[in-house]
Amino acid sequence: MTTTDMSFAKHEADKLFQRKRLIGFGIPAVIVIYLAYIFFAFDLPGLAGRANLENAVTLASDSWSHKVHVARDNRTGEVQYAVEGERKGRYPQGQRPDWVTGDEIITIDLGADHIVRYLPDNRTEIEIPGFPLITAQAEGRNLTTNLPDDLPGWISASNRRVGITTAQGRITLTGARTEVFNYFPGWELFWFTLDSPYYGHGLGAILFGAQIDPERANISGAVSDWWNNAMWRHKDVAWAIGETILMAFLGTMGAALIALPLAFLAARRFSPVMLLRAATRRLFDFVRGVDALIWTVVLARAFGPGPLTGALAILITDTGTFGKIFSEALENVDQKQFEGVASTGAKPLQRYRFGVIPQVVPVLLAQILYFLESNTRSATIIGAITGGGIGLMLTQAIQTQKDWEEVAYYIVLIVIMVMLMDWFSGWLRSKLIGR
Amino acid sequence: MTDATIDVARQSVDTIQDSYIAQVQRRRLYGGLTLLIFVVLMVSGFHIADERNAGGFWEGLHQIGDYPADVLSEAWQKRAELPGLIAKYFPALVETINIAAVSTLLGAIGGLFLSLLGTRGLARWPRLTPVFRRTSDIMRAVPEIVIALVLIFVVGGGPVPAMIAIAIHTAGALGKMFSEVAENADLKPVEGLASTGATWSQRMLLGVLPQVAPNYVSYALLRFEINIRASAILGFVGAGGIGYELRNAMGWGQGRYDDAAAIFILLFGTIVFFDQLSSRFRNRLTGGLGQ
Repeated sequence: MTTTDMSFAKHEADKLFQRKRLIGFGIPAVIVIYLAYIFFAFDLPGLAGRANLENAVTLASDSWSHKVHVARDNRTGEVQYAVEGERKGRYPQGQRPDWVTGDEIITIDLGADHIVRYLPDNRTEIEIPGFPLITAQAEGRNLTTNLPDDLPGWISASNRRVGITTAQGRITLTGARTEVFNYFPGWELFWFTLDSPYYGHGLGAILFGAQIDPERANISGAVSDWWNNAMWRHKDVAWAIGETILMAFLGTMGAALIALPLAFLAARRFSPVMLLRAATRRLFDFVRGVDALIWTVVLARAFGPGPLTGALAILITDTGTFGKIFSEALENVDQKQFEGVASTGAKPLQRYRFGVIPQVVPVLLAQILYFLESNTRSATIIGAITGGGIGLMLTQAIQTQKDWEEVAYYIVLIVIMVMLMDWFSGWLRSKLIGR
Repeated sequence: MTDATIDVARQSVDTIQDSYIAQVQRRRLYGGLTLLIFVVLMVSGFHIADERNAGGFWEGLHQIGDYPADVLSEAWQKRAELPGLIAKYFPALVETINIAAVSTLLGAIGGLFLSLLGTRGLARWPRLTPVFRRTSDIMRAVPEIVIALVLIFVVGGGPVPAMIAIAIHTAGALGKMFSEVAENADLKPVEGLASTGATWSQRMLLGVLPQVAPNYVSYALLRFEINIRASAILGFVGAGGIGYELRNAMGWGQGRYDDAAAIFILLFGTIVFFDQLSSRFRNRLTGGLGQ
């Protein structure tokens, strides 16, 4: 090798190294610059101001706990006890939680020596350890209290409204209403509502114990009370999940059924007419490009809200995707089997059935099952837009902004549903095509 | 003697033929049953969906074209304003694309770590591989809308909730696909690097990443296509971008059809453009693999 060759090779190597270095530093630099642009474009510095930490705290604490409201209407003097303050969770007449005692003077024991007393004539006494006894008098729309001017952070007070937040519970007082919220862990009334005779009975007592409701057998009565639970609506939730899975199933399978014959038209090997091939391909590209969002919007105008609209939106979008995938699979089919079947004198339809279908079925099934799982997730989102299934229930629960334990329940159910569909499609795939 | 042998042979041929035919019949029966169950499921499923829908299928079928026709005719009447409207909604489109891009970027980085930490033979802490695998399974299972809605409640509407939600899902999905690629990576360079005393990050950066990079980039591009659609949809439930504008245009009484048409055009064009772009790149990267 001559010196010129050597220096040329060296020069080439230097250039290569320079390029590598440029890529090695250039790509991370571009990413960093882009992220910096996003940092300002998405107004991340302003996010801290907009974020509502109080919402986050409510969300975090409400999702795993429930509160029982003890509310006195200061006009009528009537006291009501209700789980989450909902009408469906109200204690029946004459019943109340065991941490409330007294008739003339109602004493609410929040625990750890935090005691609230509802006195006659709309007076209220609040005992909190390490703080002087608070007394309040409600008159018309105003409140008179003995609170000092400089208050700790956990008390907010005006002459209209007083709010006290402690680790044991929350107390709000207004002229019209005095309310105490006592927090407990767990999802209350998940099994039975208070009006059910089975409330408070354990599983053992229901299965093996004496008959609780004289009119019904224990197990069927308990199951029907649980199923028709007005607070947690197990029946509606089960229907909603069924709807979501139905949307995914109908959409995926319908799309596969429509896309398969069309894919033959789009595959070069089976469709000699160029124009027809190109037209089918453009059709696939078009329905795929329009996207499920636009299809949902368009179809919702024609069919109204519900699972059918969602199923059709998935069906149309996925017809395009499947058509593309299927026609690619058909292009890769081995011609020898097709010819072998043809050599036995098979008719065209038989040639496709025995020469082509067995080759492509594993690929198609794998794709269909993969999409079935992914469409379960899409159906949740589409349901939120078009109004059907568990997606709708989730959006409604989040928009009311108070039933965070229901939101948590739905989220858990959705995640379990998707994971089950994932497992199921994997299991079916291994059963059908053996890998 | 020979008669007996032929007889035996004939018998065994007969039994083989019989059992073959019986097997074929059983297969046909099972195939027919599966088909029957499938048809019953489809038909009854369609009926249930039709029943629970606000409008019926057959009543709605002939109305399918009405809305697009209205939108198109109004857009055609006001076609002079269309370029202006497209320009008006272009920033929202850029936001949607930005959400998709950032979440793909963040998700790919997260998926990279999840896949390397969750692949046997490559993991930094081999005992913890199941933990990282389950983490990516759960992240993959949570639909974007769940995280997005909760975050919208906490930090308010805008692109950030959508970005975080899509990034989490992307990290889980890419974590799984990446680790399938990483499992097939050749371990010899890693061992060679280990013998020189390279740290884990050096082994991954120099031994594994050059092998898997084409496939990883290809999968990330595929995700980017999916994420553009996802970020448009999330906008519709309140997380910024073109989807949010679409909801506003739709919700305006009867709907402002010319605005909706402009948004449809933008969205359609964007999706087709990025699909073509990314499929061209992917073909160059993997020669058509990685589909």
